[in-house]
Amino acid sequence: MVSIDDFKGKTPAWCPGCGNYSILRAFKETLVELDIAPHEFTIVSGIGQAGKFPHYLRCNTFNGLHGRTLPVATGIRLANHRMPVIAVAGDGDCYGEGGNHLIHAIRRNIGVKLFVHDNQIYGLTKGQASPTSMEGVVTKNQPFGVLSGQLNPIALAVALDCSFVARSFAGDIIHLKQMMKEAINHRGFALLDILQPCVTFNKVNTYEWYRQRVYHLGDNYDPKDRISAFEKSLEWGERIPIGVIYENKRQTFEERIPVIKDRPLIDHEIFTEGWRNSLQKALDEFF
Amino acid sequence: MTSSKSTIDILVALDKESISTHEAELATQGIIVYDQFMLKERYYGDRFLDIPLIELAEKHGRERVMANTVAVGAVLGMLGLGTDIFFGIIEDTLNKKGSEIVKLNKDAFLAGYEFAVKRCLQCAFTVKPQNKPRMLIGVNEAIGLGAIASGCKFYSAYPMTPSTGIMLYVAGKAKEYGIVVEQAEDEIAAINMAIGASYAGVRSMTGTSGGGFALMVEGLSLAAMTETPIVIALAQRPAPATGLPTKTEQGDLLFALHGGHGEFPRVIFAPGSPEQAFYLTNKAFDISQRYQIPVFILTDQYLSDSQWTEGDFDINKFVHKDYRIRGDSLEAIKDYRRHAITEDGVSPFGVPGTSTRLIITDSDEHDEEGHITEDPEIRVSMVDKRLFKKMGLIKKEISPPLFYGDEKPDIVLFGWGSTYGVMKEVVDIISRHYKIAMFHFSEVFPLPSTEMLDYIGILRGAKKTICIENNATGQFSRLIKAETGYEFTHHINRFDGKPFFADLLARRIDGINR
Repeated sequence: MVSIDDFKGKTPAWCPGCGNYSILRAFKETLVELDIAPHEFTIVSGIGQAGKFPHYLRCNTFNGLHGRTLPVATGIRLANHRMPVIAVAGDGDCYGEGGNHLIHAIRRNIGVKLFVHDNQIYGLTKGQASPTSMEGVVTKNQPFGVLSGQLNPIALAVALDCSFVARSFAGDIIHLKQMMKEAINHRGFALLDILQPCVTFNKVNTYEWYRQRVYHLGDNYDPKDRISAFEKSLEWGERIPIGVIYENKRQTFEERIPVIKDRPLIDHEIFTEGWRNSLQKALDEFF
Repeated sequence: MTSSKSTIDILVALDKESISTHEAELATQGIIVYDQFMLKERYYGDRFLDIPLIELAEKHGRERVMANTVAVGAVLGMLGLGTDIFFGIIEDTLNKKGSEIVKLNKDAFLAGYEFAVKRCLQCAFTVKPQNKPRMLIGVNEAIGLGAIASGCKFYSAYPMTPSTGIMLYVAGKAKEYGIVVEQAEDEIAAINMAIGASYAGVRSMTGTSGGGFALMVEGLSLAAMTETPIVIALAQRPAPATGLPTKTEQGDLLFALHGGHGEFPRVIFAPGSPEQAFYLTNKAFDISQRYQIPVFILTDQYLSDSQWTEGDFDINKFVHKDYRIRGDSLEAIKDYRRHAITEDGVSPFGVPGTSTRLIITDSDEHDEEGHITEDPEIRVSMVDKRLFKKMGLIKKEISPPLFYGDEKPDIVLFGWGSTYGVMKEVVDIISRHYKIAMFHFSEVFPLPSTEMLDYIGILRGAKKTICIENNATGQFSRLIKAETGYEFTHHINRFDGKPFFADLLARRIDGINR
């Protein structure tokens, strides 16, 4: 059995009260409850406050470049799809710098679980607008308020027929754990957008602001119905739904690549005598 | 023949424009094949051979479209190459379409062949018969094959001329050899995916051209910082920007050398033929894995889009050494640290998920374990390990340049990559008149040590030294000067998008020496 201490990492350098602390706690508890040991999975993170996440844990870690979590995670997954791969990114990282990769990871339905720490602001660079900042919000860098429309990652994902789309809230750790579990257990790509207050730089979307608005999707809600999911994804403002908003059973990318259908790429033998002998055939084709 | 020349021996003109554009390029003994009914024009003189391509096609192949086959027949007839080989090709490629189609094509071919044999009285071509079958192969295929034979299991790229052929070749072999080939959404994703797959323990590669590599350079720097092995094929074409997409240039040597932020070791190979490309691809994989660094295979459009006849390649010469540490052997390392400081700077290359050891790495500066740090002492020791310790060893891996020609030359030709064939041919052409030799570098960075072959000494002993490059500014010449202090007496640069032609290059060198 794994225990919470197995995941003890470095002391976080996040601000006191940061939403990241509860995301970290929820994640550790999720791993314990799912009985996944530190060596059994890999976290890929980018740059931003969320990018530091794996350093405050103990597990296989690839902390790469800003915006490029998903391509690295995709490469790892294609090399070894026996190993769970979790991508951790912020809203700037994943929806801004790496937006193109999100679209294509969803299209592929690669079995990567993407946890977005969505605090609607750039924390690491000290308070500029992010793609999910609400229109009109004034920052030091947006003195006339945010002029661009707010990115809706949930609607974007549903529109792309993403096979798992969920939203949770860092202030609701029981719900967050449930969403993390469902995302990890889902076959195929999973997007979990986690609303996370930034106590230092986002004075609009505070714990209080979120608490007044978020509500759980009830049992009556059917996440398999894409049209109602699309409707639900557009809900933002006075009320913000959290829960599994959309899911489907699309085949995963890994399942559709004949080369790795039976065993992960990492298990393919190279440099054996049989392998070497097989190469001559490719060479002979040029004669 | 190892290179192209500027003149045309046989021009098959299917429209009038082909004649007006290329007539001036015809060799003294050259011949223009045309069909007066197709072109609705008659041309007079010894250099024109009027063959009723359409009439013969309709008569023997039943359809006008067979005119191509008639023309091929005519060309082979003019060269006196016999019919067996082409009949074999027709059977191999058209068998699927049925025996009737095969027969019609053979008849159309033969009609053209016989017409040329009878009518081309001025044909003076001779082609030496080959007693042994040889390979017909391009550089992109040679790199693809070399990668597969080096254990490459993952290739991600975004299509870009002239590098796409590598991906196409590997994709065509993906099923047979168990390779995942992914067409990424952009070059940024392509290199990051390859890095991810490499981190997870499979040999990975990407390929692109200059513009795509411009997008990859941040990823290149990531590979260096995380010490993740990667092989990058960079097929150059004329730039800046979109440049001349289907033409050739050696314009990205210094870009490959300096691309990516920060200071880190890298190796650049620049093959001059499919044979060199094949073996260097293996060396690229081996060095990349052994030292956990990025290695480049630098080609260009001329190399990528040409086909060569080559002798047999020997896979037994390949280095097949597995540097990964997995499973029990990884478990046995009690205090495993992915970036452990070692004597030679190379840390144990553990594979995640194969034991209880954790594989941690970071694009930030990191400690031995792989965790983010800003400690100045760790920073210095990491740079020392990653850059200085490795670079010293890598330099010893680099082979000397190829030396060809007079032992004590007055004139030395100097070049790298795709100019190999043309330089060699030029040395053959003008060695009757001059004491001439050449150096060809297929391993261009780090520069080979002069201990094994003192190329700088030979340059200093020569009267005229000419650095020949398919670019505007003489990038290799600048690299030689920066690294050794040596300055060439002459430069020949071509940057109009075309490769060097042996006859024209020989004339320019002759001009320098008059």
